[in-house]
Amino acid sequence: MSPRDLAAASRECPILHVDMDAFYASVAVRDRPDLQDVPVIVGGGHRGVVLSANYLAREYGVRSAMPMTRARRLCPQAVVIPPEFATFTAVSSSVMENFRQVTPLVEALSLDEAFLDVSGSVRRLGSPYTIAEQLRARIYDEQGITCSVGVASTVAVAKLASRRAKPDGVVVVPPQSVTAFLHPLDVGELWGVGEKTTQMLNRLGLMTVGDIAHTPLATLQRAVGASLGAQLHQLAWGQDRRVVTPRRGADEPDKSMGADETFGRDTDDPEVILREILRLSAKVAGRMRTARVAGRTVTLRVRFADFTTITRSRTLGDATDVTQEIYQTAADLFTALGLQRARLRLVGVRMEGLLPRAAVQRQLVLGARESGWSEADQAVDRATLRFGAQAVRPATLLGEGRP
Amino acid sequence: MKFRVERDVLADAVAWAARSLPVRPSVPVLAGLLIETTDDGLVLSTFDYETSARATLPADVTDEGRALVSGRLLADICRSLPNKPVEMTIDGAKVSLTCGSARFSLQTMPVEEYPALPEMPAATGTVNSDVFAAAVAQAVVAAGRDDMLPVLTGVRLEIEGASISLLATDRFRLSHRELSWEPGVTDASAAALVPAKVLADTAKSLTAGSQVTIALSTSGAGEGIIGFEGSAGGGVRRTTTRLLDGEFPKVRTLFPTEHLTLARVDKASLVESVKRVSLVAERNTAVQLAFSDGVLTLDAGSGDEAQASESIEASVEGDDITTGFNPQFLLDGLTAIEAPVVELAFTQASKPAVMAGARSMDADADLAFRYLLMPRRLLS
Repeated sequence: MSPRDLAAASRECPILHVDMDAFYASVAVRDRPDLQDVPVIVGGGHRGVVLSANYLAREYGVRSAMPMTRARRLCPQAVVIPPEFATFTAVSSSVMENFRQVTPLVEALSLDEAFLDVSGSVRRLGSPYTIAEQLRARIYDEQGITCSVGVASTVAVAKLASRRAKPDGVVVVPPQSVTAFLHPLDVGELWGVGEKTTQMLNRLGLMTVGDIAHTPLATLQRAVGASLGAQLHQLAWGQDRRVVTPRRGADEPDKSMGADETFGRDTDDPEVILREILRLSAKVAGRMRTARVAGRTVTLRVRFADFTTITRSRTLGDATDVTQEIYQTAADLFTALGLQRARLRLVGVRMEGLLPRAAVQRQLVLGARESGWSEADQAVDRATLRFGAQAVRPATLLGEGRP
Repeated sequence: MKFRVERDVLADAVAWAARSLPVRPSVPVLAGLLIETTDDGLVLSTFDYETSARATLPADVTDEGRALVSGRLLADICRSLPNKPVEMTIDGAKVSLTCGSARFSLQTMPVEEYPALPEMPAATGTVNSDVFAAAVAQAVVAAGRDDMLPVLTGVRLEIEGASISLLATDRFRLSHRELSWEPGVTDASAAALVPAKVLADTAKSLTAGSQVTIALSTSGAGEGIIGFEGSAGGGVRRTTTRLLDGEFPKVRTLFPTEHLTLARVDKASLVESVKRVSLVAERNTAVQLAFSDGVLTLDAGSGDEAQASESIEASVEGDDITTGFNPQFLLDGLTAIEAPVVELAFTQASKPAVMAGARSMDADADLAFRYLLMPRRLLS
């Protein structure tokens, strides 16, 4: 179809799904002309996972969320770049700002994708297809990265369409071609269908979305449960919500914040584990202070070498954002596990029940010093802001090169 | 062993001794109550290695002897007996109890496995039992309940000549009670950290007689113990308990030496008002107290949720002040004060407030009991 036809076809498709192409990888290589024509993988660590890979690397079968070791085996010549989240966040927020100049109805799904409802902007900016192309051009111009846009009348179809548009393209699915577009797709492409559900559906002989669409609803519900069954059936016929709820990705107050660390190699040394818990506590507390929230429940997550994972949590009397208090609670939880030489693969610290800091009261303690850990944390934050994350750290954490 | 005793006397003594029975005994015999007949009459004892209780009571002893029976069961039985004389005899491995036409047969436990009760230390002095019970009840309000901080679950008892100080704190509030007593020697000086729960229970249970003897042994071999002895039902009641280890924090200096605001309020009105306003204070939020020019305004709740406010009359000297407290901590202090008027002294909103009672709006504050309370503040 010509651009003119696409523009006309998109008239009844006000929902845009914009997805950055290999976001982390694109951002990481945009200022590195030397990496333009080589496979690039963004990710970190000996045991890390692939966060993103450019299309050259994907040709070798590298996928995001794949273990780094496997990715290196598949594509030994790839250049591996550690992630720089500060840059990613900055790029993401300017991209989101571009979206908001088009329409206030922006639903950020993550750093690199969002739904836009442009029905109110058509008169001002042209057809949804035109808007999609304008956005792509502007983002490429300002950020030097490409994105793909799915244009449709419902959220789920727009998301599927953007996947078809990759890389660096636009796919318009007008209402009359929705079933023609959906039915040949694999069942696994549908929203809410993961590996397990795909297997189950395939066992029933349902390979494509069309198969699901033509299965009686009752049969489908017997196979996968009432709610998922109904949902799949609707999705298979392109019926889905048409409303985009404005939501700011990172600015939205989270209900919890946490950090995990997979050890370079499994460890049973309590000293190493507690040091890691301190580092994670400091990381989480720092993020909480930046977001100006405080939480009451500390949750410790422990994954053993055999991948069994347990969590333990404790709720404090008062909400806190103080590194030492979070660490002390998490460390107590760890000690209370009474592990005897159990080898751990991962520990995580999470704060739940977050409240805006301004609403949090604290019971003051008799005879406490006027300035305590809370003030120390604030001083650390100020130093970190000026001199970087390595500037001030607990002495226990000195001497390790990691940020 | 064979004896005959009045039902009321027995029931009262058994109930008293059974108070300190352990709920989950570490050794089965500790769930027992030891019955002994001696020249003094009848002796009932319980012990859980921490706290011991020993009651003597008059009885007609026919045969001397001793037996160990389930304390909980004996207490339940004695509570329900008809009002007739009770006769108990040992009969092989059983103790039989007869009261009127009711007969019970109780299994005995091996009496030779029962630990010896600790010796009561030498008497240090005596105190009026009602004054002591009231003073202890006031002091224990501020004691900590967190077993992670064992030192704070105790009441610090300091003896200095003719006065006793009781101090307790859970880090958020502090109670301090001074009372006078009659020491055995005029220059008596000692200090002990007594488990708050045992102290409160004991002081309350020894009000039948007019005096309580306090016996303290902190020096010498072994761990320190404290004993309390009073009289009831024609006999002697004696409790000993092991003192807590650890250093009680230096808390006396926490009382501010000066104040910038001094407010007086009718205690009953303030208690009522705090109870009402705190209904909307969600868990973990403060009741705010604003003192200004003859009025105390209480506020609670947040803008997003329910709110409440109320004003009551107050005499306010010095600067206006607004500060917030945990409502329960505030009520604990207020209800511990016996006087009809409460005096609150403040320095700054982030500093502790001192509460004390006064007989009237004009009378001097009674500083024998003071309650120091830390405010709640916004985090930022």
